[in-house]
Amino acid sequence: MATTITPNQPAPRISKAASEVDDRLIVAGPLRRTLNKVFPDHWSFLLGEIALYSFVILLLSGTFLTFYYDPSLSETEYEGIYAPLRGVEMSRAYESSLGISFDVRGGLLIRQIHHWAALLFVAAIVVHLLRIFFTGAFRKPRETNWGIGVVLLVLALAMGFTGYTLPDDLLSGTGLRIVSAIILSIPVVGTWVHWAVFDGDYVGDVILGRLYIVHVLILPAIILALIALHLLLLIKQKHTQFPGPGRTEHNVVGNRLFPAFAGKATALFFIVFGLCAGLAGLVQINPFWLWGPYNPAQVSAGSQPDWYIGFLDGSTRLFPAWDINLPGDYTIPALFWPTVVIAGAMFTLLALYPQIERKLTGDDASHHLLQRPRDVPVRTSIGAMALMFYGVLWLSGGNDLIADKFDISLNAMTWFGRIGCVVLPPIAYMVTYRICLGLQKHDREVLEHGIETGVIRRLPSGEFIEVHQPLGPVDEHGHGQLTYAGAPVPKRMNQVGGARRAVKGFFKPIEQPADVELEAQRERRGLAAAEADREVTSGRPSEGGRPSAGGRPQDPRD
Amino acid sequence: MSKDDRAGSRPEDEAGPLHGGPDEDYTPEQLAGMDREELNRLGARYDGVEVLHVDPPPAPGSALEKQAERQVSMAFGIAGLFALAFAVVYFGSGWFLPDWQWASDDNGWSALYTPLLGVGMGGALIFLGVGMVLFVKKLLPHETAVQDKHDGSHFDRTTTAATLMGGVDRVGFPRRKMIGRSLGFAGGALGLVLIAPLGGLIKNPNKGNPLGTTEWAEGVRLVRQDGSPVRPGDQEPGSLETVFPAVPGGNLAADAATMLIRLRPEQMSLLQPREGQADFGYGDYVAYSKICTHAGCPVSLYEQETSRILCPCHQSQFDVIQGAKPVFGPATRPLPELPITLDDEGYFVARSDYIEAVGPTYWNRERI
Repeated sequence: MATTITPNQPAPRISKAASEVDDRLIVAGPLRRTLNKVFPDHWSFLLGEIALYSFVILLLSGTFLTFYYDPSLSETEYEGIYAPLRGVEMSRAYESSLGISFDVRGGLLIRQIHHWAALLFVAAIVVHLLRIFFTGAFRKPRETNWGIGVVLLVLALAMGFTGYTLPDDLLSGTGLRIVSAIILSIPVVGTWVHWAVFDGDYVGDVILGRLYIVHVLILPAIILALIALHLLLLIKQKHTQFPGPGRTEHNVVGNRLFPAFAGKATALFFIVFGLCAGLAGLVQINPFWLWGPYNPAQVSAGSQPDWYIGFLDGSTRLFPAWDINLPGDYTIPALFWPTVVIAGAMFTLLALYPQIERKLTGDDASHHLLQRPRDVPVRTSIGAMALMFYGVLWLSGGNDLIADKFDISLNAMTWFGRIGCVVLPPIAYMVTYRICLGLQKHDREVLEHGIETGVIRRLPSGEFIEVHQPLGPVDEHGHGQLTYAGAPVPKRMNQVGGARRAVKGFFKPIEQPADVELEAQRERRGLAAAEADREVTSGRPSEGGRPSAGGRPQDPRD
Repeated sequence: MSKDDRAGSRPEDEAGPLHGGPDEDYTPEQLAGMDREELNRLGARYDGVEVLHVDPPPAPGSALEKQAERQVSMAFGIAGLFALAFAVVYFGSGWFLPDWQWASDDNGWSALYTPLLGVGMGGALIFLGVGMVLFVKKLLPHETAVQDKHDGSHFDRTTTAATLMGGVDRVGFPRRKMIGRSLGFAGGALGLVLIAPLGGLIKNPNKGNPLGTTEWAEGVRLVRQDGSPVRPGDQEPGSLETVFPAVPGGNLAADAATMLIRLRPEQMSLLQPREGQADFGYGDYVAYSKICTHAGCPVSLYEQETSRILCPCHQSQFDVIQGAKPVFGPATRPLPELPITLDDEGYFVARSDYIEAVGPTYWNRERI
């Protein structure tokens, strides 16, 4: 920055403009507070950001699509550029969707960006939700934000459904037919709701127009407002952080918003956008010109919904044929249970989980430090159990494809799913619980006995021991005195500086190897303050730790 | 702050210490004496932020810095090239490049067009992002900052509660019950007015019997998708054909699609029609609704060796020789059978509409 101005003043013109703005808005104070806001740094904190950026991409690409799309169900004859469908009767909606794909310059790219970004949007929300769940970030005071997040997930699914219905191709029409049947299956009010939504019997001629306005106006407005609230609460309550040196319940350790965090966040937006654009160009998605226009009498075998609806498809396939026949010719259709009840119960439980956990554990305190999943085995195992249940449903949503590709009986796949969704989740619970305990135990063992170095030594007595590197001061038995504090414990020598860093440079070194060596030695001197760090023991009391053996073997490093 | 050089500003007009603290603690002269880094840290401290540790960026002019600068510039440069490539493909197609539009005879450029656009746009955005990441990682100082988190303030809670309750007292709703009640009445009634227009959506599904009837009726011919009528000799034994009622729009009607199946002789010997429906078929022909009784998908995968019809949506299976009874999967009811016969000219016609509702089950569906 070669400038001629005094070091503590910005360039005069900018300074003047900034003063003019501040005279009017008095924003210098709030702006400084915002720029100084500290954000903790961890890769898993980026997942929510990915969801946010996908939504921005969806808004941009979706706006483009609205310029060309027509949600009309009136019949017309296709006369566009795509020869295989020329002369076919279809709705204006399908015709205009074909137009976006074939007659609008770059339209196919934007449409596929929109679809890929939608898949990524839901995926990022789900993975973000799992991160929040497994690290306990939903605990007091963040239960409200968890609830908002679950509502956002449900709205994202609704966005997905309304969106993929719009092209009015054979696949989306089949999906709409199933939704119509689901609405009809609601006891007592089902037919009334159906008549309100579809303006009569299936399919009528208003439904696409209604779904369109829901998709482009109502849902995006609600989602936008909830995202704003989600972020406001995040900023107000500050971000959680993993436990670590200097991190407490009363501070946040990380980077200030400007410039480091803002730079990384902007970079992530471009990378997410770039990935969507690259996928959109290179990987075809929903080529609906191959399915043809919707016809209630036709369906294609092996048709699949977008991935996030798969679990509902699966639960619907698995649920047994149990109509409940009530007296007086009233029926609760079997379809009602796997679609409305199971899905409703899943999302209700999810939304209420923070309250349930608070009730069961009696933990009423505010928490700002995250937990590692292994330290909360019950919650982690519950999560694994829920994921297993979801996974079996999801897999069953494609059980016809699995049966076909692997040459398995279709009915066997259905029975696998029916039994699996009951039997596998408890197994997942038990296995996860054991894994959590095992990981905990290993952490504590490393803290107590040090890192296994892989160096085998023979003692004068002839006994062989493995040399352990303690992580901190040790007592007279050679046991480490560090207590476990919920932070990651190094398990390999390289994580505690066992290897030196590489000399930088690609074709030729751009650093003097001697300087790197010096730097490494300097760092070692810095560490030497805690002299005990270097003591090498076998760790196990049965080995070098016995006082009878004259204390632990004292050997230089390396 | 250079307040003094503003035109028309008098000393007594100048912005004072609005928030108390900082402007009283530090005079403009003191601030002018600090360098930018000191000011930065000072401001941060006021926001509860302490910068603990700064890993400096590579020294200016060092080989390390030059390498980092080269990498960042290269990423930005590549991003620009990708963006330009996008523009060339986008605008050049149909100008100096071949036409981009889909054409059945040429599968070259039009098939490459969208992938090239995606690569151009994606590459430009990704390399822009990568360049920024490299910039932040390699050229910015890595600072570790700590910000305090404050608990709620007892003072704030107490004073805010007093202000709120004072206001409520002055309004006096707890005391002035009549106003409270009448306001509640007006609010409730107004709420009704606001949601009332949605009542226009409500329609009676039980007027007539829309869910229980289809376009089929006595004497309506069974026609194919293209409108041609069907004669008994048209189909091979064991085959299935989708037929529609010969009425305007019949081939797009949501619930009328019907499967006309010609049974093989060995199937005929095993045929067990549903009770009271033995005469619904005609000879070795039976006609079942194509709309699945589970979720309304068209069932259409007919496996004639096992006599089963499979719905591809949720894998319900119906046995044709047992009156299309569901034998596996989530469907609970048989596919309704359409009573058929021949008309004077020897074409298939319906003898009546379906005698029960076709398609998915609903609350008040009549059972037969």
